[in-house]
Amino acid sequence: MTGTGVGPELIRLDGASASYGHHRVLTDVSFHVHEDQFTGIVGPSGAGKTTLLRLLLGTLAPIAGDVSRRPDLRVSYVPQLETVNWNFPVTVMECVLMSRTRGRRLPWASRQEKADVHGVLDRLGIGGLAERHIRQLSGGQQQRMFLARALLRQPQLLLMDEPTSGVDVSTRHDILHLLGDLHEDGVAIVLTTHDLNGMAAHLPHLVCVNHRIVADGTPAEVITPAVLEQTFGARMEVLEHLGMRVVVDEAPSNFMAGGG
Amino acid sequence: METLLEPLSYAFFQKGLVVAALSGALLGLIGVYIVLRGMSYIGHGLSHSIFGGFAAAQLFAAQFYALAAGLWGIASALAITVVVKKSRVGADAAIGVITIASFALGVALFAKFGSSGPSFENALFGSILGISVGQIVGLVAVSVLTAAFVFLRYRALLFSTFDPEVAAVSGVRVNRIEAALMIVLSLAILATLTVIGVTLVAAMLVIPAVIARMLTDSFGRMLAYSTAIGLASGFVGMYLSYYAGVPSGTMIVLVGATAFVIVLAITGGRGLRRSAGLDSHSEDLLAEPAA
Repeated sequence: MTGTGVGPELIRLDGASASYGHHRVLTDVSFHVHEDQFTGIVGPSGAGKTTLLRLLLGTLAPIAGDVSRRPDLRVSYVPQLETVNWNFPVTVMECVLMSRTRGRRLPWASRQEKADVHGVLDRLGIGGLAERHIRQLSGGQQQRMFLARALLRQPQLLLMDEPTSGVDVSTRHDILHLLGDLHEDGVAIVLTTHDLNGMAAHLPHLVCVNHRIVADGTPAEVITPAVLEQTFGARMEVLEHLGMRVVVDEAPSNFMAGGG
Repeated sequence: METLLEPLSYAFFQKGLVVAALSGALLGLIGVYIVLRGMSYIGHGLSHSIFGGFAAAQLFAAQFYALAAGLWGIASALAITVVVKKSRVGADAAIGVITIASFALGVALFAKFGSSGPSFENALFGSILGISVGQIVGLVAVSVLTAAFVFLRYRALLFSTFDPEVAAVSGVRVNRIEAALMIVLSLAILATLTVIGVTLVAAMLVIPAVIARMLTDSFGRMLAYSTAIGLASGFVGMYLSYYAGVPSGTMIVLVGATAFVIVLAITGGRGLRRSAGLDSHSEDLLAEPAA
């Protein structure tokens, strides 16, 4: 996979800060998203990863700094599975069709729209589930369904919030492959993750966030004990395995020794 | 059979039957969005708020009291939306403060100055038989407007109800849709207030939608079922009120509640699991783990 972002610019944050009420979450963030970008935003819970996505999405206005977007940019967003009301009465077909917000106004789908939905569901390997209720899907299938909804808009930029949270190892691999294929097809991708070994280490470009941007670069550049300690506030060891960085917690004996 | 046909020989009953069925269908249709947004309490609040407007309007503009009460209701709904978005106050608290204060004002005005329009009791419990031609025209107009709104904005309404943040990113003007929904809801409550009554409108906003949710997992079918259940409750309730000699609104709600118990008995745990997510406080209650 390539894509550390050298193509034409899609979104640009310059010195952006964000807060919820009086609670400042991000300070002085400068971040540019390019056409060929595939970036993972890494950081602990509460570090401002989702807030950074919201600034990129435009659903949150910065309290300082600037956000500029290419005109007519098509962006799709895949939210965290944990934030979804899975009891909501929609089938997979109804859910995916939601993203067709332009053009046809009639409530029911046209033949072409149904074919488009089946096409994208087939591509993502859940072709036979169109009439299922969304709660009847596994975690991986739910993630693919939202990916299908995002792809139906034919986005130039795909933003995903913790796409591998709560899914098993095999599904995580499948999602990584799917995202790799999409990126090869020309879709810029920015996602958040706190999964360093399972997700971040496989991405071409990482941004480490802890209320500000701590580091930015390839996994080899940013997955280092010093950067991880600044980002996560905890000491971690970094090993090499088959040419990849593997992060392990500091040995328990060190904790015990440190804790007295 | 003769007993069943007997009330139909009265013009007032024919008119009441049509109005009750239409009111039930209207509240059933709009109630789906209210229930799925976890705003069931707003129906209760707005009906009380409109009552306040009703009473105040009779003092200052008696001939336009319905219009003034409608504007009062819309203003309350928009005030709730603004307060929730701009402050740390939750929707339930904002509804409680704004609408119940309005209701209290209405009660005080009725007590102090009396009424030149519908009686206090009629406003509270509904008086379908005393409904005027103007009110029937208003009900039909609001029903057509609501149906057109739901039909033409079906996709935007569904998306913003299910996932407002992603809907906004995908080009849906969520704030506009929410404001329009609040206006349509206020008009629907106003149009049915004289039929079902202040205290019972909220029940008919919620009951058909909850029954429909227990019967289906599809949004499109839920809309159709809820509208049909509301219509049937209005029709059967009106009929029964004739024989039982009780206010029509009361009987319409009791028919809906009976239907709820029957559907609950038939669908059992499956229906309960489906409807569990209707209340945000019970999100994980009875939920089956994903396979």
